[in-house]
Amino acid sequence: MSANVQAIESYRNSFLKEVEANVEEGDWVKMCMQCGVCSGSCPLGPYWEHPPQEIFMLIRAGKREEVLKSSSMWMCTSCYNCIARCPRELPITHIMHGLATYAERLGMAPKNQPTRKFALKFWDNLTKKGRVNELKLGVSLYFMNGFVEGIKTALKAMPLGMNMYKTKRLNPMEYFGGHGVKDTSGLKAILKKAEEIELAKLKKTDA
Amino acid sequence: MADIVATNETILVVGGGISGMTAAIEAAECGKQVILVEKTPAVGGRVSQLYKYFPKLCHPTCGLEINLRRLKANRNIRLLTMTEVASVSGETGNYQVTLKTAPRFVNENCTACGECGKAVEAEFDDEFNYGLKKRKGAWLVSNMAYPQRYVLDPRIIGTPDADKAKAACKYDAIDLDDSEQETTITVGAIIWATGWKPFDANKIQPYGYDRYRNVITSVEFERMMDPRGPTGGRILRPSDGKEAKNVAFIQCAGSRDRNYLKHCSRICCMASLKQTTYLREQFGDEGKSTVYYIDIRAIDRIDDFYQKVQADENVTFIKSKVASITQDKDENPVLNGVNTEGYQRYANTHDLVVLAIGMEPSTAGSDFPIDVAVNEHGFIEQDESNGSIFAAGCSSDALDVNRAVQSGTASALRAIQVINRVASTEG
Ligand SMILES: Cc1cc2nc3c(=O)[nH]c(=O)nc-3n(C[C@H](O)[C@H](O)[C@H](O)COP(=O)(O)OP(=O)(O)OC[C@H]3O[C@@H](n4cnc5c(N)ncnc54)[C@H](O)[C@@H]3O)c2cc1C
Ligand code: SF4
Ligand code: SF4
Ligand code: SF4
Ligand code: SF4
Repeated sequence: MSANVQAIESYRNSFLKEVEANVEEGDWVKMCMQCGVCSGSCPLGPYWEHPPQEIFMLIRAGKREEVLKSSSMWMCTSCYNCIARCPRELPITHIMHGLATYAERLGMAPKNQPTRKFALKFWDNLTKKGRVNELKLGVSLYFMNGFVEGIKTALKAMPLGMNMYKTKRLNPMEYFGGHGVKDTSGLKAILKKAEEIELAKLKKTDA
Repeated sequence: MADIVATNETILVVGGGISGMTAAIEAAECGKQVILVEKTPAVGGRVSQLYKYFPKLCHPTCGLEINLRRLKANRNIRLLTMTEVASVSGETGNYQVTLKTAPRFVNENCTACGECGKAVEAEFDDEFNYGLKKRKGAWLVSNMAYPQRYVLDPRIIGTPDADKAKAACKYDAIDLDDSEQETTITVGAIIWATGWKPFDANKIQPYGYDRYRNVITSVEFERMMDPRGPTGGRILRPSDGKEAKNVAFIQCAGSRDRNYLKHCSRICCMASLKQTTYLREQFGDEGKSTVYYIDIRAIDRIDDFYQKVQADENVTFIKSKVASITQDKDENPVLNGVNTEGYQRYANTHDLVVLAIGMEPSTAGSDFPIDVAVNEHGFIEQDESNGSIFAAGCSSDALDVNRAVQSGTASALRAIQVINRVASTEG
């Protein structure tokens, strides 16, 4: 190990190492030079508790709870503005989603964060048949904030729904069953295996 | 140019900027024969385009004047302007070099009286002022140009303007039949001192240099300060000609960025610090500068300069790489980003934005006449495989004048060693 690498090593605290090991593209976090361009470029940045550059600093400062319990990375819309401008080419978008996934797996993600709720619904919907059932997903979203709110939103969206129906963009029959991939059980097997691999990775780094 | 005498004991210096001039003069003062070729019609390079230079804030005239005097006085140097190297072949201690000299259409009789310039009507973008101003089709590069000799733009040849110029000249200095010359010479060592060029600001999309008139580069800002420059020495907004008293400097514009130049250009922090003093010089307490930076890299003895600028109440430092620039209805640039000290979001309005543009080796993107080892940024390496081709100044790295001069001297010493070796083996 060169003297330089050794010196850097002493700055890498346990949370940074945890992120490097478990979070998608987490290896990149140490490359951030805190220039601020990602935070300044993020269209939703003003509404985040901690915009990306701040998240990277918090990770390096070892603020585990503050980062993993934060709603911030759930705000990312994958617009890629930050990646396009980052002078160090950090895959910021991927790290944001990686952090969210990791927090979710640890059960630390904020329960009522709307994009998290949407992501879970999307996942449920998709994994049932291997195809997204847009009608069911849409309807479940309307009712995300309760029954009365749901009816109101659904009524507002009626004209849009009718137009989509007329142009064959929406098939009401989808609500009853809906289309899927040919081999649903094969898909389920793949997903199960993938989950096993992910969990094994997590266990290994815990040990 | 049959009168060029060169042998393998001659040193060829390519590029007549501060580093090439230094290398040529140092070698010649040690008694070596030197051929100095310069692409443009005058020597001096980018230093002559600065208003003042740090750290002592002297005008370039003073630094260049002494070198020009040494150059003129030395009989061992043969200066060829408007000349480029077309090809190089051979090896250490023995290179065959083909030089191409563009026609100047003006001979040694020229007294720089300026009559031809008055007579000619056609105007072209003035390269010396980065196209911010027009010049005549018969012109002198700058007031301190050496040689003090006019040039006719090849675009006026064959037009009535060429005849007007010839008619205006009382000294029989204009030769409309001048043509491109090619000469092949033998030299023992080559010093490559072709310097740098500003990074193309149009490529930095979020800063809108190509869209907003009040976003300019640091090299253009230097020209604004010159009393003979495009604004007559005044800091004015290109959009409406109003005085720009509230100026933003954006550091690392194109440098330290994997999307553009990966390297730190080293001089631009100091250049911006220096340029904040121009505002104070022109507007006193009304001149406000804001420097947006990642970190300020003012090294060793120039740190004092930084501390002095930091103490100036009219200069604000904001630790932030600006994310984007927009503009309001009055063409005021608005800078958007996050101040990383405290994480505040800002949208700051300024009169003018100066991009502290990065330095790229001038050889970047063009073919080098012979294989040389360059680093990942395009600067020429000090490498065995280069034989006796040595880099000086900004073709070796992003350097300030002080270091460019040191590197010029160093390359002269390396070349002299080769020549001495050649001379001793030939006894
Ligand atoms: C905005 C700005 C402000 C600066 N201010 C300062 C300052 O205040 N103080 C300071 O110390 N430094 C300053 N610098 C840095 C300074 O400009 C450089 O250190 C200096 O120009 C280096 O000189 P050089 O001879 O290596 O290169 P150059 O000045 O680039 O000279 C190269 C010469 O080679 C010629 N040439 C190019 N290609 C060829 C070719 N193919 N054939 C023949 N000739 C060729 C060119 O025409 C030119 O004459 C500043 C730079 C910038 C960008
Ligand atoms: S843009 Fe890149 S280097 Fe800059 S703060 Fe964001 S992640 Fe770090
Ligand atoms: S990709 Fe995500 S983090 Fe990046 S700028 Fe867009 S919303 Fe912000
Ligand atoms: S070319 Fe003739 S007219 Fe033009 S500046 Fe020289 S001497 Fe004067
Ligand atoms: S010298 Fe300063 S402005 Fe220039 S690239 Fe380096 S850090 Fe950026």
